[in-house]
Amino acid sequence: MNNKNNLKGWLYLLPAMIFIGIFMVYPLFDVFVYSFEEGYNFASQTYQGIGLYNYSYVLHDPYFLQAIKNTFILVIITVPLSTTVALLISLALNSIKKLKDLFQTIFFLPYVTNTLAVGLVFMILFKKTAYSEGLVNLLLNSFGIASIDFIEGPYWAKMFVLCFYTIWIVLPFKILILTSALASVNKDYYNVARVDGTSRWRIFYKITLPMISPSLFYLVITGFIGAFKAYSDVVALFGIDLNAAGMNTIVGYVYDMLYGNSGGYPSFASAAALILFAIVLTITVINLLVSRKNVHYQ
Amino acid sequence: MSEIEQIRQLERKSKMRNAVWTTAVFVLLILWAIIVLFPFYWMLLTSLKSYGSYNSEYVPKFYTLSLTIENYIKAFTAVPLARYFSNTIIFTLITTGLMMLVVVLSAFAFSRLEFKGKNLVFTLFLSLMMIPNELVVITNFVTITNAGLRNSFAGLILPSVTSIFYIYLLKENFEQIPEELYKAAKVDGTSDFKYLWKVMIPICRPTIVTVLILKVIECWNAYVWPRLITDDENYFLVSNGIQTIRESGFGRENIPAMMAAVVVISVPLIIIFLIFHKKIMEGVSRGGTKG
Repeated sequence: MNNKNNLKGWLYLLPAMIFIGIFMVYPLFDVFVYSFEEGYNFASQTYQGIGLYNYSYVLHDPYFLQAIKNTFILVIITVPLSTTVALLISLALNSIKKLKDLFQTIFFLPYVTNTLAVGLVFMILFKKTAYSEGLVNLLLNSFGIASIDFIEGPYWAKMFVLCFYTIWIVLPFKILILTSALASVNKDYYNVARVDGTSRWRIFYKITLPMISPSLFYLVITGFIGAFKAYSDVVALFGIDLNAAGMNTIVGYVYDMLYGNSGGYPSFASAAALILFAIVLTITVINLLVSRKNVHYQ
Repeated sequence: MSEIEQIRQLERKSKMRNAVWTTAVFVLLILWAIIVLFPFYWMLLTSLKSYGSYNSEYVPKFYTLSLTIENYIKAFTAVPLARYFSNTIIFTLITTGLMMLVVVLSAFAFSRLEFKGKNLVFTLFLSLMMIPNELVVITNFVTITNAGLRNSFAGLILPSVTSIFYIYLLKENFEQIPEELYKAAKVDGTSDFKYLWKVMIPICRPTIVTVLILKVIECWNAYVWPRLITDDENYFLVSNGIQTIRESGFGRENIPAMMAAVVVISVPLIIIFLIFHKKIMEGVSRGGTKG
């Protein structure tokens, strides 16, 4: 009986084990192997030696350094900004009764849209072409500001569009999490504070913020992880050849090394992916250490 | 007397302050709603303008009176949009179906069956949830290429099936069903499989539907893996189709036709969202992230 039960349990798990084994566990070990195989040839699947050359190549590659720079700028700008804006919008949402559901539904819309498709719309709104300035530029012109080519122009202009689009994409998730966190704060605290005549700012700082701090930190942590892995929104805005646009990200570099015109180097791709993983892991651990000190868990 | 006056004045002041506050709140909400909705409005508007009238507007108009469907006809004839579409539907249906089968079976094993090593495997699964896709995609690319599965549905689908998070979600849900029900069914001689199919799945339907919808959205928007594994247009999904259209479709300058394609691709998900928005938002807040 016992043996039969054992067998049955494993039988039900078998499909999941096969998929996870082939496409998650094995690759996880393999990526380390690849990253140490020097001069790996994709066609003949042979390599010349074992060592750290792949890492050193990637770390000296100007394209990778550019990708690191772009990714860090993107992370440093979008994570704090999107969290703050999401907090503001959630607070506003939480303070109204009429139309709350309607606004909530509208705000969540970007979550379900195709990143590539809407990115194309953003590109057209910001793009300056020979025969049209683009809508955003016309808006700028009406304030007396000269047109800027946001898609193929100066670096900071491209970075601005990228940050704007990234925030547009990530905000729905953050607003959703924060609104439900705000809604679950016990109303008694607010009522007591109001009786005492506590000011709005003080209520927010002393009651709301500590109560929602676990959600806030959850968002900061997932925000960092997500922003470090930015890729498809960048492709949507600037096209497939991100190195030429000077807008590549770390994940973009990994895929470029693997596939496409510059591809065929799984060893370099693995080394870059592991460097990315190390960065993300470090940042997450730092976040967790900071949160342990500052987050108020009930 | 003067005290009452003072109180009234204070009341009026606080009412004023509240009115100002409410106005500010609504201004913020409406502003963000416009920023969210405007791209959708713009794609729809542009897709309905004729090529000629779009290009003749140096300052684009915010409305149009001469609607045309020529861009939609062009979107379906000049590029294989219908093929991208049917590919994506096939990919989405098979991937979601296979995933559901795998997820339900293992969630059942974890929640109801007793066998040696169960907890160890479950812990292992949970720890794998932390592994980013970027790490495993490299080997998967090599595996699929070596298996000769590039430019095939098998190559697209197989690595997209695993979703440990949904196993976890469903297992939690299955465990909420009282154990007595299972024991009673056992006494009646119901087989495990029949019990799963006739009792557990119907009871947990809300969660299963949520998982289905979330997976459908994920499949519809899939970009990175399909791009790596297909370079034959016959196997492109909509995201890759859009990217191809952006790089080379419609002579690059026919923006109304591009927008028509974008609308066609966006509409199915928007419809799903409008029908299921409560379920989707609930499901995402229970632990989904945008990967």
